[in-house]
Amino acid sequence: MADNKFAAYICSGCGIGDAFKMAALEKVATKEGKMSMVKSHPFLCNAEGVQMIRDDIANEAVTHICIAACSRRAKTEAFNFPTVAMSRANLREGVLWVVAAGAEHDEVRQEMAEDYIRMGCAEIKKMNLPKGNANRDQTRNKSILVVGGGMTGMTAALAAAEAGYEIVLVEKTDALGGFAARLWKRVPFSGPYAAPQATGVAEMAASIGANARIKVHLNTTVAETGGAPGRFKIKLATESGSVSELTVGAIVQASGFTPYDIGKLPELGGGQANVVDQAGLEALAKAANGGAIKRADGKDIKSVVFVQCAGQRDETGTHLPYCSGHCCATSIKQAMYFKDANPEVDTVVMYDDLRVPGMGEDFYRSAQQKGVIFTKGKASKVTGGDSCKVEFADLILDEQTSIDADLVVLATGQVANAGVNLDAWTEVNTLAEGGDEGAKQKRTEMKTISILNLDYRQGPDVPQFKHGFADSHFICFPYETRRTGIYAAGPMRRPMDMLQATEDATGAAMKAIQAVENAAAGRAAHPRAGDLSYPIARLEGCTQCKRCTVECPFGAIDEDEKRFPVFNEERCRRCGTCMGACPVRVISFENYSCDTVGMQVKAVNVPDEDEEKPRILILACENDAYPALDMAGVQRLTYSAYVRAIPVRCLGSVNTIWITDALNQGFDGVMMMGCKKGDDYQCHFVKGSEMAYYRMSKIGDTLTQLGLEPERVVTEEVAITDNARVAKLINDYAAQINDIGLSPMKGFG
Amino acid sequence: MTASIATSQGILVVGGGISGMTAALEAAECGKQVILVEKTPSLGGRTAQLYRYFPKMCHPSCGMEINLKRIKGNPNLRVMTMTEVIAVSGTRGNYAVTLKVTPRYVTPDCTACGECGKVVASEVADPFNYGLSKVKAAYLPHAMAYPQRYVIDPLIVDTAEGEAAKAACKYGAVDLGMKEETIQINVGSVVWTTGWRPYDAAKIQPYGYDRYANVITSVEFERLCDPHGPTGGKILRPGDGKEARNIAFIQCAGSRDENHLPHCSRICCMASLKQTQYVREAYGDGENAGKSTIYYIDIRAIDRLEDFYRMVQQDPTVSFVKSKVARIAENKENGNPVLHGVDTEGYHRYATEHDLVVLAVGMEAEVTGVKLPEDIILDSSNFIEGSRDGGMFGAGAASSPLDVNRSVQSATAASLKAIQVIYKTASTEAA
Repeated sequence: MADNKFAAYICSGCGIGDAFKMAALEKVATKEGKMSMVKSHPFLCNAEGVQMIRDDIANEAVTHICIAACSRRAKTEAFNFPTVAMSRANLREGVLWVVAAGAEHDEVRQEMAEDYIRMGCAEIKKMNLPKGNANRDQTRNKSILVVGGGMTGMTAALAAAEAGYEIVLVEKTDALGGFAARLWKRVPFSGPYAAPQATGVAEMAASIGANARIKVHLNTTVAETGGAPGRFKIKLATESGSVSELTVGAIVQASGFTPYDIGKLPELGGGQANVVDQAGLEALAKAANGGAIKRADGKDIKSVVFVQCAGQRDETGTHLPYCSGHCCATSIKQAMYFKDANPEVDTVVMYDDLRVPGMGEDFYRSAQQKGVIFTKGKASKVTGGDSCKVEFADLILDEQTSIDADLVVLATGQVANAGVNLDAWTEVNTLAEGGDEGAKQKRTEMKTISILNLDYRQGPDVPQFKHGFADSHFICFPYETRRTGIYAAGPMRRPMDMLQATEDATGAAMKAIQAVENAAAGRAAHPRAGDLSYPIARLEGCTQCKRCTVECPFGAIDEDEKRFPVFNEERCRRCGTCMGACPVRVISFENYSCDTVGMQVKAVNVPDEDEEKPRILILACENDAYPALDMAGVQRLTYSAYVRAIPVRCLGSVNTIWITDALNQGFDGVMMMGCKKGDDYQCHFVKGSEMAYYRMSKIGDTLTQLGLEPERVVTEEVAITDNARVAKLINDYAAQINDIGLSPMKGFG
Repeated sequence: MTASIATSQGILVVGGGISGMTAALEAAECGKQVILVEKTPSLGGRTAQLYRYFPKMCHPSCGMEINLKRIKGNPNLRVMTMTEVIAVSGTRGNYAVTLKVTPRYVTPDCTACGECGKVVASEVADPFNYGLSKVKAAYLPHAMAYPQRYVIDPLIVDTAEGEAAKAACKYGAVDLGMKEETIQINVGSVVWTTGWRPYDAAKIQPYGYDRYANVITSVEFERLCDPHGPTGGKILRPGDGKEARNIAFIQCAGSRDENHLPHCSRICCMASLKQTQYVREAYGDGENAGKSTIYYIDIRAIDRLEDFYRMVQQDPTVSFVKSKVARIAENKENGNPVLHGVDTEGYHRYATEHDLVVLAVGMEAEVTGVKLPEDIILDSSNFIEGSRDGGMFGAGAASSPLDVNRSVQSATAASLKAIQVIYKTASTEAA
C-alpha cells in the first residue's frame, strides 16, 4: 500500500483572503497540521482550483486532503474527489460569516480560522478512504422474499419481478388473494369513479403463476429469518411440518390485516342475526353472484343500514382509536351493490365524518345519484334479528331517533398483522434473560404470532409505531422500518385501502431492490445512502457490556455465545450510536471514529487562563443543527467567536471521551446540539438524541470529580430551521460561561 | 453531480419538489441514470414553502437536507434547474425530450457570496413567500436553496444595475448575455412529478379573496407563520399589519364543489388542523390565547391522523363549526371579515366576525405551463393517471391530491415503474 500523503488547500475567495492572514493559516497547516503540501488559491472551487487539486492527487500521490474554504455542505460538486479522504475546514459559513465585523474582532476571528484548520488537518490524519463493506462478496443475493400473498404481496412480487428480480412469495393459506379474494368487487382504481370494479385478484394470481421469476409457496410461513440484506437466511415451514432453507437479499412484509372482531361490539349488535361486518356483506354479495343480495336466512333485503366507525375512532379506550381510512368508500361500494341490483332497496350510510379523500369524492357523488342516503349520526345501539333496529343520535336534527332495517352492516376497522410488539417483547425478554422461568414461557407464547421470526438480538419482528402498525415515524421517508432490508407494505404498515396498498407495495418493492443493490455494493442504505464506511470493532478490547447491541436503533448487532457483539454491516446505517455507546472505544468507522473527532478536539488551541478567552466545544448533528449553524452564516447572523463546532453523524455517536477530553484540556463548556427527542422524535437515527441526553445525565459525576460545574456540559434540541435560535443559544451560553468563569482545568491538558 | 449521460437507459423526472427528488433518488440509488429537471431556480417545490408538517409538527427542511445530501453524493443523478420540458416524442423505452433552459444569468462559478445582491436595489415579488414580500433582483431563492447559486431577475439584466451586479462578482459568475437554451435528450421513461398549485381563490367569489385584504389562502398562512417568512413568523394580517388573533379557517375552499374542483383535496383538513397549532404556538393557551375556528363539512383525518384531530379537538383555543360558509362580508370599520352561513348541527344562522380568514384552498393539478405529451392520460380533475404506451407515469400531487407522506410513497412506486420500463427495453435490445 502506497504511503499516505497529506495536503491542505486554503481558499482565499469569498472574502476569506481579506479577513484572515493567509500566510498564518498556511503556516498552521504546515507546522501544526503537519501537512506535507499546503496551497492557497483565490477561487478554489473554480475549474482551475479544482484541477490543481486533481493534479496533485494524480501527480503527487496525495491521498488525504483538507479543504479549508466553505462549509462541507457547499460546493460539493466542485470538491468531489472520490479517490482520496477529505476533510473540510469551514472558514466561510463557520467563521467569516458569523463572527462580528470590525477590527476589534480580528484577533478572535483569526484564532477561530486557525483552529478550524488545525481541526481539519487533525481529522484527516485519522481518516481513511472508506472502501465499502469488506464482506460484500457474501452479500450479493438479489432475490426478494415477499411475505403474504394478498393484494399487497402479489403487487410487490410482480413489481419487482418485472424489473428483473427473482421473487419468493410466501402465503400461509392455500391460495393467493388474501382479503381481496373475499371481496365481490373493489372500489375503482381509476376514473370514472362511478361504480365498483372487478377485484382483479384472479388475473393477478394468474400472472404470478405465469411469471418464471416468481416462486410461490402456499400453506407456508416464515419459521426463521437470520442474516442481513444481501444474505438473509430464511427457513420456510409448511403446514405439513417440512422446513426448507433459502437465501434472499431483501424482504417485503405484506402480512395484511384482520377485521376488528364484531363480537367485541355487542352494543352494536355484533354476534346477532343479520348484523354483519363489511367482510360478511362481501360474503353475501359473492353468494348472490350479481343477483339480489339475500340475508343468511335467505330472505330478501329491502333496507340496509351501514354503521360507519363501528369500533373505530373510539374515544373510550375500548376499541380502535384510529380511523381505518377505507371504510367510508367500502360502505359506499356495498350500498351500490344493492342499488345497482335494485334501486328500490333503501340504503342508509350513517356516518360522523364521511371520509372519501381525493377522487373518492366522485364515488361518493355517484352513490348520492344512485339514491344512497347519507345520514350524519352516531349509532348508540343496534338490535339484530328478523327486523333490525339502529338507535342513533341524529347530529343534524339534534335528536335521538331510530331506524329499522333488514340488515345492518358494521364498518369495523383494520387491525394490523404486524407480529410481535417489540416493546412488550423486550420487557419480557429482559426478564427471561435474567432467568425468570415465567418470562421464558411468556416469551415463547409471544413468539407464536411472529410473522418473520427474526433471530435478531432486538426481537422477532419489525418495530411497530402506533396502534400496532409497523409504520415509519418519518413523513419524508415512509419506508423506514428500522430493520434494514425489510420493508413493511400495505395495511400492516398503516390502515389503507386497496389502491393505496398496491402503490405501497410497489414502493416497498423499490426499496427492497435498492437494499439488495446497496448490499451488493457494500454501501449504506438511507439515510446515509451510499456511505461506504462501516463499523469496525476491535473485539480484543471488548468487555461484553452489551451496550452497542442493546442501543443500536436498527437492531444491526447480535451477540455470540460469549456475548461479544456480532456486527451485521449490511443492516447498519452508519449512525455511530454503537461508537457513542462503547465505554472502551473499540468501535470505529474508517472515516469517523473516536480519533477523528477526538483529535479535532485536541487540536484546538486553548488559550491560557490569563488570556481570558473561553473555548466552547459544539458537537452538532450534521443533519439539522450543523445546517442551522451554516444557515445562520448564510443569513449573516453573528455568534461568539469562542465556539468550535464539530459536525457529528448523530448525537448518538458522541462518545463521552470527547467531552471529558475537552474539559480536561481546558475547554470552558461543551454544547451538544441534536434533534428533538421523545414521542415525536425527529432524530433520523431514531434515538440518537435521546441516548445523548441519557448519557449526559450521567456525566455529572465526572464533572464533580473534575471539580467542574454541571453547566459546563449542556444538551440542546435544535431544529434545522433554528438559524436565529442557534446563534442566540450560543451567545447565551457564552454569557453563561462568562458568569461561571473560566475552567480551572486550563494548563493541565 | 453532472456525470450522467442521457440514453434510452435513462429516466427523466419532471419537477423537483419532494416527489421528484424522491423518484429521482430512489432510481439513482439503484444505479440508474436519472435527470431531474425543475422549472424554478431551486429544488424543494411547495414542500420547501411549508413551515411545519402534520402531524409531527416537524420541519420540511429536515428531510430536505437529507434528500439534498443524497443528491449531492450521487453520481447517477443530474439536476437541471430553470428547465422545463417543452416536447416529448417517441415511445416507451425511447423518448426524445426537448428541454428549455431559462437563463439564470449566473453560472455555476457562483459561490453564493452575496456581493451581487449588495449592489442591486431593485426588488421583485418573492415567489418563495407567494409574493407576500419582496426580494432583491439578484437573490438566493432561500437560505437552504440548492443549487446554492444566485439568480438575476430579467428585470435588471439590460440595466446599469445588472452591470453593477456583474462588476461586483469577483468570480465572473454573472453572465448577462446568457440566452435561453434548448436541449434534446433521450430517455427510456419519464416520471411526471409536476405537483400542484393552490386553486385560484379569487374564483370563489362569495369569499372575496380578491376584495378583502384579510382573506388569505392556506399557503400564504404557512409563510406568515414561518419565522423565515415575510413577517418573521408573526401572524400579521395583510390589511393593516395588525396581529391576527381570532382566525377562521374555511375548509373545502374550491374543493368538493362542482363549480370549482369536484375532488376532495385530501390535505386541507389536516393542514388547517395543523395551522390552528401555529396560532397556539404564537399566542399560547393562557389569557392572551388566540382563537381558531374551523368551518368544515367533514373532517377527513384518516388513519392515525385521527390522533391529531382528537388532540386539536381538545385544544380550548380551537372550535369547530359544521358549515359550508355561504359568503364573507367585510366590516368596513375595522377591516374584519364577517362570515355568514348556517351551522348544520342544529340549523342556526350565524354572522361571525374574525380578524383573519384563511381559505383552505384546494389542490389543482399543475398542468398549465407544463407541456404534457398527448399520450398522457389525465383523469377528470386533470391528475396524471399514466400514459397510453405505459412508459410515462405521474407521481405525487401530479397524480392525485396527496400529502407529503403519500406523495413520497407514490414517487417511490413510480420510480420502480420507470425502472421496469428501462429493464424491459434493455432486455428487448439484448434479445
